[in-house]
Amino acid sequence: MHTLRGRALFFVPALALLAVFVVYPVVNTVWLSFFTSEGKFALLGNYAEVLSQPEMFDSRGFARGFPYGALVHNVMWIVIHLPLTAGLGLALAVILREIRGGAIVKSIIFLGMVTPMVVGGVILRFLFDGNVGILPSLLSLVGLPRRTLTAYPDTALFSLIIGSLWLWTPFSMILYSAGLETIPDYVYEAAVIDGASAIRAFFAITVPMLRPVTGVVITMTFLWVLKIFDIVYVATMGGPGGASNVLALQMYMYAFREFNANSAAVVATLLMLVALAVSIPTFRSVRGEQQ
Amino acid sequence: MRSTSVFARRKSSTVALYVAAGLAALIWLIPFMGVFMASIRPLSEISRGWWKFEQFNPTLRNYAGAWNHPAAPLGKGMLNSLRVAVPATVLPLAIASIAAYGFARFRFRLRDLLFMTVVALMTLPQQMIAVPIYRIMRGLGAVDSYTGLVLVHAAWGLPWIMYFMRNYFTTVPIEVEEAAKVDGASDLRVFLQIVMPMSLPAVASAAVLQFMWVWSDFFLALILLYSPDKLLATQRVPLLRGVYHVDWGVLSAGSIIVMAVPIMVFALMQRYYIRGMVGWTSK
Repeated sequence: MHTLRGRALFFVPALALLAVFVVYPVVNTVWLSFFTSEGKFALLGNYAEVLSQPEMFDSRGFARGFPYGALVHNVMWIVIHLPLTAGLGLALAVILREIRGGAIVKSIIFLGMVTPMVVGGVILRFLFDGNVGILPSLLSLVGLPRRTLTAYPDTALFSLIIGSLWLWTPFSMILYSAGLETIPDYVYEAAVIDGASAIRAFFAITVPMLRPVTGVVITMTFLWVLKIFDIVYVATMGGPGGASNVLALQMYMYAFREFNANSAAVVATLLMLVALAVSIPTFRSVRGEQQ
Repeated sequence: MRSTSVFARRKSSTVALYVAAGLAALIWLIPFMGVFMASIRPLSEISRGWWKFEQFNPTLRNYAGAWNHPAAPLGKGMLNSLRVAVPATVLPLAIASIAAYGFARFRFRLRDLLFMTVVALMTLPQQMIAVPIYRIMRGLGAVDSYTGLVLVHAAWGLPWIMYFMRNYFTTVPIEVEEAAKVDGASDLRVFLQIVMPMSLPAVASAAVLQFMWVWSDFFLALILLYSPDKLLATQRVPLLRGVYHVDWGVLSAGSIIVMAVPIMVFALMQRYYIRGMVGWTSK
C-alpha cells in the first residue's frame, strides 16, 4: 500500500499541471464555442454564424480574387505546401546523401529549422521587399514589375506559402535523411544484380520503404501549417485587406483585438478537430507499438 | 558504401547532383545572407539591394541600435527571454521525466488509456487554450508575470516530453533496476540514482528542443505579457521595424541577435537536437 501511494506521486505533478493549464482550458474553449457573443446558448448555431463571416469564408473571392477568407487560405496553404514539402525533403535527402559535402549543405538548410518563426517572418518580408529584397529584383529581370510581393492581395498569400516551404522543408529533409539510413544496402545490391537502374530502384525500393516516414512528414507538416501564425503576424499581419489572413491569426484577432471569446473559441475548436483527425493514424501506430 | 552508390553512375548525372545540391545551398543561404548584409551595412547602401557593393562600409551600429533601441531595447528582451526559457525547460523536464518513468515501468489499470490521452494532447493547437489561460492567469493575478508564462510553457511541454522520455525509458534494460529493488531501494531512489544517470542523453535532447521552442515562442508571450519592460526578445523584434519607414538595418540586426541563441545551441548540441527531432516524431 505504501509503495502504491508512492507510485501515484510520480504522476501527480504532471497530471495536476496538465489538468489546470491544458485540459480545463480545452474543455472551457469548447464550452465557450457553443455560446453566441451575446451569451446565448446556440450549440452549433454559433459555428454557422462565425463560418458565415467574410473574414472566415468570403465567396465573393471566387469572382474577385483575394481575400477568400481565412478558412480557404488555410486550405490553399495546405494543398500547396504538403506535396512540395514531402517531395523536396525527400529529393534533398537523397541528393545530399549521394554527394561529397552533403553534410555541409544540410547544415545550411537546417538554419531554417532552428530560426525562431518571428525572425523567419522578418527574413521573408525582407526577401519579398520591392526595394531591398532579392526576389522581386530577380522577377524584374524576366519583365515582371518589381514590387513588394507581400503587399499586394494577389501575391501576399502565395509569397507566405513559398516562405513557409523554405522554413519547413528542412524538417522533412532531416526525417527522410534519418529514414534513408534505415534501408539496408543489400536491398539495393540485390536490385543491381536484377539489373534495375538507380531511378527504378528509387521508385521501387526507396519510396515504398520510406512510407512510414512520409506519413509522419505529412502529419507534422499538416499540423504545422494548420497552426501557422508567427510568420503571418510579422510579415503581413494577414493583409493587405485580409488577403493573407489565416485561421490562427483570425482566432487571435477575435480573442485579443475584438474581445470576442466565443467566436475565437469556434475557430480554435475547429482547428483542434482537424488537428485530431489528422493525427489519428499516428496515434494508431503509437498504440500498435505498445502492444 | 552509401546506398545507391552501388549503381554505376554516368558523369552527367553526377554533375546534375552537384548542381542541384549547390542550388539548394544557395536557396537556403541567400535569404540569410540578405538579412545579414542589411544588418552590417548602413540603410542607404542597401536601399536598392543588398547585393550591390559599389559602396561597402560594414558597421556594427545597427546591432547597437537594436540592443539599445529606444522603444524596445533588445538587450533587456534577451535577458527576459532567458528568465523564462531556463525555468520553462528545467521544470517540465523534471516533472515529465518522473511521470514518464511511471508510465514506462509501473503496471496499473487504465495506464495505456491515460498515456494515450496525454499523447493526444500533443496535437492541440495553442489557440485552444489561449482565452481560458488568459482568464485563469488574470484570476491568479499572474497576467504579465513570468511565473504565469513559465507554468503555461511547462504544462504545454509536458505531453511531448513525457512521450519522448517514456519511449527512452522502455529501452533502458530493466535488470539493474530489479537488482536494486531486491536490495531494498525505493522506486524513487531507483529512478533518481540509477535510471536518470543512464538517461542523460535523452534528457539533453529533450532539454535542447524544449529550450529552443520556449525561446522561439511568440504566441503565448503575446497573450500573457504586455508591459513594455517585460516583453521577451521575440516580442520586441516586430517593434524594431520603425514608425515611418522600415528600418531594415536595426530590424535585421535584431533578428540576428534573437536567432543567434538557438543557432548556438544547435551548433553545440547538434547530435542531441537531431536525435530529439527524429526520435520524438518517428520512433
